[in-house]
Amino acid sequence: MDYLHDLHSFLPGIIVAIAGLIVIMLDAFKKSIAVSYSVAVFGLGIAVLVAIQSLFGDSGTAFSGMIVYGGTGAFGTVVVLLGALFCVIISKDYLEDLDLHNGEVYAMVLFSVTGMLGLAVSNDLITLFISLETMSICLYVLAGLMKNEKIGAEAALKYFLLGAFSTGFLLYGIALIYGATGHTNLVEIAAAAEPTLLFFAGSALLLVGIFFKIAAVPFHMWTPDVYQGTPTTLTAFMATAAKSATFVAFILVLTRMLPDSEAGDWTNVIQVMAIITMIVGNLIALAQDNVKRMLAYSSIAHAGYLMVGLAAGTAAGYSGVLYYLFAYTLMNVGAFGVIAYYERNHGLDFTQIDSYAGLGFKVPVMGVMLSVFLFSLAGIPPLVGFVGKYYVFAAAIQAGLIPLAIIGVLASAASVYYYLRVMVYLYFKEAHKEYSLKQPGFMFKTTLILLAVLTIYYGIEPVLPTTGLIELINSYYAL
Amino acid sequence: MEFLLNLTIYFPLLGVLAFLFLKSDNAVKWTSLIVTSVTFLLSLPLLLNFDVAGSAFPQYVTEGSPILTGFDVKYLVGLDGLSLLLFMLTTLFGPIVILSSWNSVNKSLIGYYSMLLILQTASLGVFASLDLVVFYVFFELSLIPMYFLIGIWGGSDKIRATIKFFIYTLVGSLIMLVALIYLGFNAGAATGVYQFTADWRFISSPEYTIGLVEQTWLFLAFALAFCIKVPLFPFHTWLPYAHTEAPTAGSVVLAAIMLKLGTYGLIRVCMTAFPNAFMEFAPWMAILAVIGIIYGALVAMVQKDVKKLVAYSSVSHLGFVVLGIFAFNTIAVQGAIIQMINHGLSTGALFLIVGMIYDRRHTRMIADFGGIAKKMPVFAVMFMIATLASIGLPGLNGFIGEFFILNGSFFSELYANKAYAVIAALGVILAAVYMLWMYQRVMFGPITNKENEKLIDLNGREIGLLVPLVIFMVWIGIRPVDFTKYSEEWVDTYITLSEEKSVSVIENTNSDDIPDWTAKFYKIGGNQSESELVLKDK
Repeated sequence: MDYLHDLHSFLPGIIVAIAGLIVIMLDAFKKSIAVSYSVAVFGLGIAVLVAIQSLFGDSGTAFSGMIVYGGTGAFGTVVVLLGALFCVIISKDYLEDLDLHNGEVYAMVLFSVTGMLGLAVSNDLITLFISLETMSICLYVLAGLMKNEKIGAEAALKYFLLGAFSTGFLLYGIALIYGATGHTNLVEIAAAAEPTLLFFAGSALLLVGIFFKIAAVPFHMWTPDVYQGTPTTLTAFMATAAKSATFVAFILVLTRMLPDSEAGDWTNVIQVMAIITMIVGNLIALAQDNVKRMLAYSSIAHAGYLMVGLAAGTAAGYSGVLYYLFAYTLMNVGAFGVIAYYERNHGLDFTQIDSYAGLGFKVPVMGVMLSVFLFSLAGIPPLVGFVGKYYVFAAAIQAGLIPLAIIGVLASAASVYYYLRVMVYLYFKEAHKEYSLKQPGFMFKTTLILLAVLTIYYGIEPVLPTTGLIELINSYYAL
Repeated sequence: MEFLLNLTIYFPLLGVLAFLFLKSDNAVKWTSLIVTSVTFLLSLPLLLNFDVAGSAFPQYVTEGSPILTGFDVKYLVGLDGLSLLLFMLTTLFGPIVILSSWNSVNKSLIGYYSMLLILQTASLGVFASLDLVVFYVFFELSLIPMYFLIGIWGGSDKIRATIKFFIYTLVGSLIMLVALIYLGFNAGAATGVYQFTADWRFISSPEYTIGLVEQTWLFLAFALAFCIKVPLFPFHTWLPYAHTEAPTAGSVVLAAIMLKLGTYGLIRVCMTAFPNAFMEFAPWMAILAVIGIIYGALVAMVQKDVKKLVAYSSVSHLGFVVLGIFAFNTIAVQGAIIQMINHGLSTGALFLIVGMIYDRRHTRMIADFGGIAKKMPVFAVMFMIATLASIGLPGLNGFIGEFFILNGSFFSELYANKAYAVIAALGVILAAVYMLWMYQRVMFGPITNKENEKLIDLNGREIGLLVPLVIFMVWIGIRPVDFTKYSEEWVDTYITLSEEKSVSVIENTNSDDIPDWTAKFYKIGGNQSESELVLKDK
């Protein structure tokens, strides 16, 4: 009975894992990519439904305290699955055009989602470590998908070497924490933690590992190259699903293992990291001429905004971060999706911003959608990106971190310049030569339209007379 | 009526939806015209049914439920004496702006008219919203369409102009956002019910006062955002660029409506919520306003481009509005409110006129014209009226606003110095110089340029869109009370309220609890000197 309950509490992960196994078997025996693709979409779709249903259920721990279910983890699961589902749907057309459409891609995506789901519900450092590795190893493979291109090889190698290095830090941190407390369970560690040097060093190393995965400055060096060298729709997958999963794990570590106490108050460190990350990410993004690299730096900057919520260290801060992850997933998958669309018409160097001149009028719906996503990323109301930023900064102000909030909004004012720049090229510049754009495929277009509609809907949802999403998230942190 | 207000605000968006099903250019134009005209007609009952005696209180209020328990951010719209006329001005300009671009815009019409309609909704939303977060959302939303209007349909240097406009405004408003969130938590704590509230009715009410230190910072943050939007000297540098590069319709909306968002915000938020800071900073703001008046006029005088000249004249005229607002007495604030409308009418008309001549000659340089009056008599008359209204000729609207403002500033207790009004009055003289000089060079004299021989006078459409503006210019000039009556009660109530609030804040502040600079700035320390006196007496 308990066993069934345990399985049920990790049902989305299990569904995704089974789908992954089916895909890999299909690929070995029956080379039909269409079937693999359908299984992947179907598996992720069912998992999303199951996960959404568990949003409203109870919460607790399962597998002898190795994982949590309900609450933060459940919401994280939904965000990760939604990101993965959208990315898989928009990947099909794009990868076909790049000649990279293999069944393995979907198997790798599904296995890495399994890892992410584990990460998002981990209540134990061992679960956290294994999930993180499951996720990362699959991502290393995906980063190297364009194996015949120089940038593809560079991406995979760079990601793998630096990723392995950071995992070393993480594991060493776990070892030290175990040495200091004798536990690996997050809650038990918190109970046994003493403010010793050993525990402090262990937590610091653990956080370094996490900072690497969320691409916080100064652990961000891999991001632009990896994002650029990965096929665009999978970059979207890395930038949203992987980042969301790690952030949810970060919240779990902060709330369960390092609650506000003498032994583990890291809010000052996170505050400083947030400031550096926002400033560096935005400033370097200003200088980028490649749209994918620009979005890579912008994703670093967004990690900074997210850390503002964590630095607040309050219930409002954590729920703000969860909301922001949801918002970020919608708009970022959308932005990368439109970029992938332009790219698949004209090949890989078509991510230089010059080549966007005059494109906005070509297939109007795509241009309009890219504008919506970019305005949302820039945090302009009434789009979901604004609502996310609002909750995060409001939490910081409520917690008395006004300088942090001011630096945050100024950094995001700077960010507007590079988002606008894309639209300057899309609409304000004349095309260099006549391009013909293929019409987007039906599923591709529908998915992006759905994302754009959600981006706008959740931008105005707070004032609609429905029960807001934030209300649901807040209930996880009822104090 | 509540429903009607909401319908008016969002009706333009229906036009945008309709564009999804329209293919032909003419259908798009006519739909936009019909939609904006209906919006104007819908707004008329709001004006006619407005309870003038109760203008201090928002009317036609729609109130949503808070987005979160304990988090009082909600959809809240309504009109009161301050916003009613500006709201009406916005709906009036809707069809005019559409008509003005009828033949002059040919590139991606659906996009163009969508932007104008979205801009209409955003501007109406700003004036109607009474929840500061909703206000902020509409305030920011208005940037996006204007960004595209300048960027896509603008002149040669449009990209620089539009980015400068966007970033400049956004920096101000983001700092305002931080202040707004802080204010929300502060006010929320004062309600005792909520954690956060952005309800303007509470924030402006006598039950809620803010400490002096907080007031100082909040005032500065809000005022920065609004002064950039106005734009007040020295934050005006984005304006001439944006105006010159924007298409005619963009310039008209920018001048007639969007600049008012700044001055409107100064009254709506800064005056009612931060009275102490408002009063202490008033002389400083007045200095900036006076510099703006003179500087804008001098720079306008040397412009070679008619449109740039009108743009700089805006800097000068809005200086008057700011001067009136900070004079903080009934007559000056009344003058500021009516001057906002006046500036919208006359500068809007001037930009339309510049657009008409530009459509014909594809140049706006004063030197390219001369002697046009003979060829275009109707145009000459319209241009003359708009010019005189802008200068402030008695009998036309500009005079009323400037007279009220100068009169109020002269006797203002906050300025306590007649120099402000005296120097500002020089601005009126300078306005006559640069406007009439420009008019003379463009309209009179011999025709030096052969191209000007072929000019055709205004057609029915062009006359039709200027006539309503001219009617209001004369109407306000002759019977200003028909318009000022709407805001009278509001201004009286809130000036009294703000004064009372500022007194109660000072009374409740102990000089030991606040930093020295605040005490000095607000001249608190009276307690100390009193006690010293008592000691001496003993």
